Amino acid sequence: MAQVSLQNIRKIYPNGYEAVTSTSFDIADGEFVVLVGPSGCGKSTLLRMVAGLEDITEGSLSIGDRVVNDVDPADRDIAMVFQNYALYPHMTVRKNIGYGLKNRKTPAQEIERKVDEAAKMLNLEPYLDRKPSQLSGGQRQRVAMGRAVVRDPALFLFDEPLSNLDAKLRNQMRIEIKALQRRLGVTSIYVTHDQVEAMTMADRIIVLNEGRIEQIGTPAEIYHSPASTFVASFMGAPPMNLLEARLEGGQVFVNGGTPLANAQGRGAVTLGIRPEDVAFDPAGPLDFHIDIVEELGAHRLLHGQLAAQNFTMHVSKEVAAAPGAVRVGLKADALRLFDAETGKAL
Amino acid sequence: MTDLTQTQAPTLPVRKFRIRWSDIGDHAVLILGSLFMLVPLLIVLQTTTTTDVETIKNGPGLVIGDQFGANFDKAMFEASGFSGENTGMSMLKNSLILGLGFALGKIAIGMMAAYALVYFRLRFATFAFWLIFTTLLLPLEVRILPSYEIAQKLGLLNTYSGLIVPLIASATATFFFRQFFRSVPEELVEAARIDGAGPVKFFIDILVPLSQTMIAAMFIIMFVFGWNQYLWPTMITTEEHMYTLVRGIKQITQDLEGTNIPEYGRANMLALIAILPPVLVVIFFQSWFVKGLTESDK
Repeated sequence: MAQVSLQNIRKIYPNGYEAVTSTSFDIADGEFVVLVGPSGCGKSTLLRMVAGLEDITEGSLSIGDRVVNDVDPADRDIAMVFQNYALYPHMTVRKNIGYGLKNRKTPAQEIERKVDEAAKMLNLEPYLDRKPSQLSGGQRQRVAMGRAVVRDPALFLFDEPLSNLDAKLRNQMRIEIKALQRRLGVTSIYVTHDQVEAMTMADRIIVLNEGRIEQIGTPAEIYHSPASTFVASFMGAPPMNLLEARLEGGQVFVNGGTPLANAQGRGAVTLGIRPEDVAFDPAGPLDFHIDIVEELGAHRLLHGQLAAQNFTMHVSKEVAAAPGAVRVGLKADALRLFDAETGKAL
Repeated sequence: MTDLTQTQAPTLPVRKFRIRWSDIGDHAVLILGSLFMLVPLLIVLQTTTTTDVETIKNGPGLVIGDQFGANFDKAMFEASGFSGENTGMSMLKNSLILGLGFALGKIAIGMMAAYALVYFRLRFATFAFWLIFTTLLLPLEVRILPSYEIAQKLGLLNTYSGLIVPLIASATATFFFRQFFRSVPEELVEAARIDGAGPVKFFIDILVPLSQTMIAAMFIIMFVFGWNQYLWPTMITTEEHMYTLVRGIKQITQDLEGTNIPEYGRANMLALIAILPPVLVVIFFQSWFVKGLTESDK
């Protein structure tokens, strides 16, 4: 178990492309950190640098008390779960799980004990003598987990491990991985492009965009106080509504009309509001024209136009809704303001 | 959907059985082709059952004689030539050593060359690959004199290493293994690295087992290729105890000098024996062969 520290880590590929700009953050012992961002944002590169599969161009990386920039992946005391599991197809589950131990000259008896223990933890006992090709996707995923768990590493690295599973299995494995990590208390870095996985699994989320960190925070912080319009629109399904607005005389206006909230400054801003922080209110300040009602059982999503801009509203199943014009009110303390130019939170 | 099948169903019995001329044409071509391949083999088989006198008098015929066993004994255990050392058995042994050494050597060299090319950051790796590849344009026949001279100067004449080693550098095997290794997922290498497998361990523990079907496919091609080598063994072996089957048969039918009649029965029997191992190898490895060249087990 160990804390991980990245100091001014950069990655520049030989062709000059800067995949990760100078990045620093620390991960506490036992923490579950999720790196999330759209494809090409550098999250996998960052993880692979931590794993040692990719050279670090600049900066220093330490795991525990050791700077590991030039340490071989095998000696970094890490275990990694890959997107396609990367199981050895010609080995049985037992050998797959034990291969790392065997290479480290662990006595055969101990390997057997540890493999059995890991298999028991992951409910893999009936499959120990099967080949990976005879397993289902979820079972293969578990074998990949077993291979990581059995070595008792200081750090788990997950590279989009659930993206090859179907939605139902993904939900189930998400909980299993999280529970396992809690039980073992191993520091973990988890890379995903799925913001639901990030929200549900993380102790802390790091949102990346174009090789830069946009925001680091707990899921609640990221969700309720996004640091930029990028984070606001990337996290949450449906994303935060972003409206063009104006600041005048210490008040926020959307499309003229009634002031919505008090705020300092002047000029154009972007106003953000989560779909669930909007409510029907006959005395409300804004007109919302509903075009489409999405029925999701537990709740409904209403898509339409507000002040001639796309807008989504979330209402619970008790609230009836139909296409047409309604008056709505916004929850004042849920309003977020962003700089209209840079997109940064104000 | 249901409507469609219902309206179509009654039309089915109306359709009459018709002879399709294209089918007949196809089969005719196939039958003629296989006869073309099989008849010479049957002639060889027939002459092994009759005496040489009969063969030279009547030529190949339809009569099955009773000399099969006698011809077999003569071919396998009786020496021909001056030294009395090149029996069928010794030639069969030499051929097997050549075929196996040739195939296994080519596979080992090809795999290792491909491993270096695909998995290591070599300078000029692509250049090296194309250099190897261009040797396909320079088969043994083109470079036979310098190759012979080198083998001779190294004292490799009439040795098994002289028979095998100059032939085993293989662009074909390197090329096939290179293509195969490139299709092995990158993540497998990375997982192995994290699991603490070094380059040698990765090669032996993971790459070689993964290449099984590919190795089998290569083995068939290369064994048959090596077994059928004629020119190089003729050059490199001058002592009769080193003769291979393919080279030795020629020696026997040449014995038409003086009052001797050619030993048709013996030569044809040896020809049959020379055909057999490649056929067996192909039959035995056939399923692997198809697998290796068509699907990958990853």
